[in-house]
Amino acid sequence: MHYTEIMVRYGELSTKGKNRKDFIKQLGRNVRAVLHRFEKVEVKAQRDRLHVALNGEDDDQVIAALQGVFGIENLYPTIRIEKDLETIKRVVLQMAQAQFTPGATFKINTRRQDKHFAYDTNQLNNLLGAYVLENVDGIKVDVKHPDIAIRVEIRMNGAFISAETIHGAGGLPVGTGGRATMMLSGGIDSPVATYLAMKRGVKIDMIHFYSPPYTSEQALNKAKQLTSVLAKYSGNIQFIQVPFTEVQETIKEKVPEGYLMTIQRRMMLRIAAEITKQRHCSGVFTGEALGQVASQTLESMLAINDVTTMPVLRPLVSMDKEDIIKISKQIKTFDLSILPFEDCCTIFTPPSPKTRPDLEKSRKFENYIDVAGLMKRAIDGIKITDIKAGEEFLNQDQDVFAELL
Amino acid sequence: MIYFDNSATTQALPEVLDTYNKVSEKIWGNPSSLHNFGEQAFHLLEQSRKQIADLLHVHSDEIYFTSGGTEGDNWVIKGTALAKREFGKHIITTSVEHAAVHNSMEQLRQLGYEITYLPVDNEGRISVADLKAAIRPDTILVSIMAVNNEIGTIEPIKEAAELLKDYPKIHFHVDAVQGLGKGIEDLIFNDRVDFVAFSGHKFHAPRGTGFIYGRRGRRIAPLMNGGGQEKNQRSGTENLPGIAAMAKAIRLVLEKAPTAIETERKIKQLIIDHISKFDKVVIFSKNDKTFAPHILCFAIKGVRGETIVHAFEKYQIFISTTSACSSKSHDESGTLNAMKVPEDVATSAVRISLGDQNTVEQAEQFVQVFDKLYQEFDKLS
Repeated sequence: MHYTEIMVRYGELSTKGKNRKDFIKQLGRNVRAVLHRFEKVEVKAQRDRLHVALNGEDDDQVIAALQGVFGIENLYPTIRIEKDLETIKRVVLQMAQAQFTPGATFKINTRRQDKHFAYDTNQLNNLLGAYVLENVDGIKVDVKHPDIAIRVEIRMNGAFISAETIHGAGGLPVGTGGRATMMLSGGIDSPVATYLAMKRGVKIDMIHFYSPPYTSEQALNKAKQLTSVLAKYSGNIQFIQVPFTEVQETIKEKVPEGYLMTIQRRMMLRIAAEITKQRHCSGVFTGEALGQVASQTLESMLAINDVTTMPVLRPLVSMDKEDIIKISKQIKTFDLSILPFEDCCTIFTPPSPKTRPDLEKSRKFENYIDVAGLMKRAIDGIKITDIKAGEEFLNQDQDVFAELL
Repeated sequence: MIYFDNSATTQALPEVLDTYNKVSEKIWGNPSSLHNFGEQAFHLLEQSRKQIADLLHVHSDEIYFTSGGTEGDNWVIKGTALAKREFGKHIITTSVEHAAVHNSMEQLRQLGYEITYLPVDNEGRISVADLKAAIRPDTILVSIMAVNNEIGTIEPIKEAAELLKDYPKIHFHVDAVQGLGKGIEDLIFNDRVDFVAFSGHKFHAPRGTGFIYGRRGRRIAPLMNGGGQEKNQRSGTENLPGIAAMAKAIRLVLEKAPTAIETERKIKQLIIDHISKFDKVVIFSKNDKTFAPHILCFAIKGVRGETIVHAFEKYQIFISTTSACSSKSHDESGTLNAMKVPEDVATSAVRISLGDQNTVEQAEQFVQVFDKLYQEFDKLS
């Protein structure tokens, strides 16, 4: 059975009052962007729901693509047919049979927009229900809590039948929550934090610090690859790579060992906040969770956050590592995150960093380095790449390999 | 030339050799090296692994590369013995295994392990009831071949797996060297088989290649210690040209399998139908789904197997006595012996083993030559 269209029910954006129109428009844009490669697909964003007409494109692939889009609560794969009772009966029965497992209950849920149709809602419910009852062995009716709810809609332009409900990603359409930057290291946490930020409708620009030759080209490519995975949920992402070697070398040379990490983080946040401001973004997201490592204690956050008034948002702040890993597996970033390339958070780490750095001392030690000069040179050296969903960075030989294998 | 000895080895395909050569020429870095060039080799290694895993519907991290079937069998058997020696020293296998299994078992026996060899029926098949009766609290390993290399019997792997679900601690190893591309992958890879050994040159890959499947969560001790390759389970710089070539060969062999199996069955049937008419011919293999499609073992009473092989060889037809690996040292077949075939018949046995390159026309030529030779043999005896 091949579906002809997919009906999309909006998530919580239906409740967003005046913004609703903008939200729906944005979701329409996001859906079109995601479905770009399916040339024949038509997307219509309406007040109460969004229609995706497949026009012959593969239903499974389109559904899979839609499942990643935020702002969608449920997907109803639907078959559009002629408004003819016999045809409707046949398709309703097919769907019931496809969904039926022994002992299952069902109900028919008819909505009739076309008031000229020969049968009214109740008549249709009865006729179709009786037909299914007669033809599927062992099926029972339950109108309150059915296992299978077959929806029949009689509209002006045809009859629409659906029985399956597929969960969407929920959340809000990316772009409706403003724009912010994300400090992406390449570990397990920051991609998950990015995902959660996107889920609340935020459009993300990635900031990644790299320190050649201490960090390898592979580490940079890994961050880009993670970005390309995350772009599946939001559309293209701007990837901003910031050269950090000079800053790290200077700090290593001038700052007492116990504060190496704190001062590094302060510099990172300073630079990130400045880039955020320049790009007219309104916040910096990080993957920090309380108590995971030395830099992620409350005292550390106080000492680091001191450098900016820009909102620093930490979606993972109270999450357990296990839950973070669960999400990272679910969004397919885990396997990438655990690739063993050194990133700039793991080099130059002192054997015993201060877990409770002192704010005043942090400020004092930072004066040992040329903060403004270092920042300027780092920001002058940034490189921005536009990363598309599914772009390949880690294994660029794949085509060559495909030929060999 | 008619090559009917595909269970001994197969021809490395030109497109497989092409991969071998290109990788040797261009991607010759060491997958363990840190630099880009080594990294590229590492990616190819992992992509080869993934391709094999995908084709067999298992996880990438369940594939370990080896040098061939013999190594695979040795590794799983001795690796289990080493890893599980605290839990017991009893191992069960069959009396019709390939020498790689049998002789590994014998070596363990000398080291103080107890080996139970399961008997077989007159088709070379073990019974699951015998297996059940043989299991003891100190049993650590059950090793059963998927397809008998001498007469083609498919062993009851699925039923054994069902039984072993009640004994979750025992490792279950399957020697599937004769079992790839023969339409029985579903039978081999079920949720109770823990290890499976394969050999590359049996499916058109170069010599010195092979791999084992090792289910997630099952541990065996490594036999090759060193630089930590293959997740520290099988050290030694990876044979990347061979591995990539093998990944390609598997893809090709599985693509061809459905039609190849059909042709092999036809060829086998044609030959069986023909030679079964002769008084002195004894056929040991069947052509139904209890036997692999590609192996046909038969004897011409009163003529030594070796004589038959050499007689066919004059017509550029290559067949074998029962197992090429041991055929030079023994006249008798281990499998036929275990089946209690009388000695004089067993020494007259030969094996035809087919591959995806064989055709029905070749079978027709074969039976013509067979007629001629049979008459000559008849006169002599």
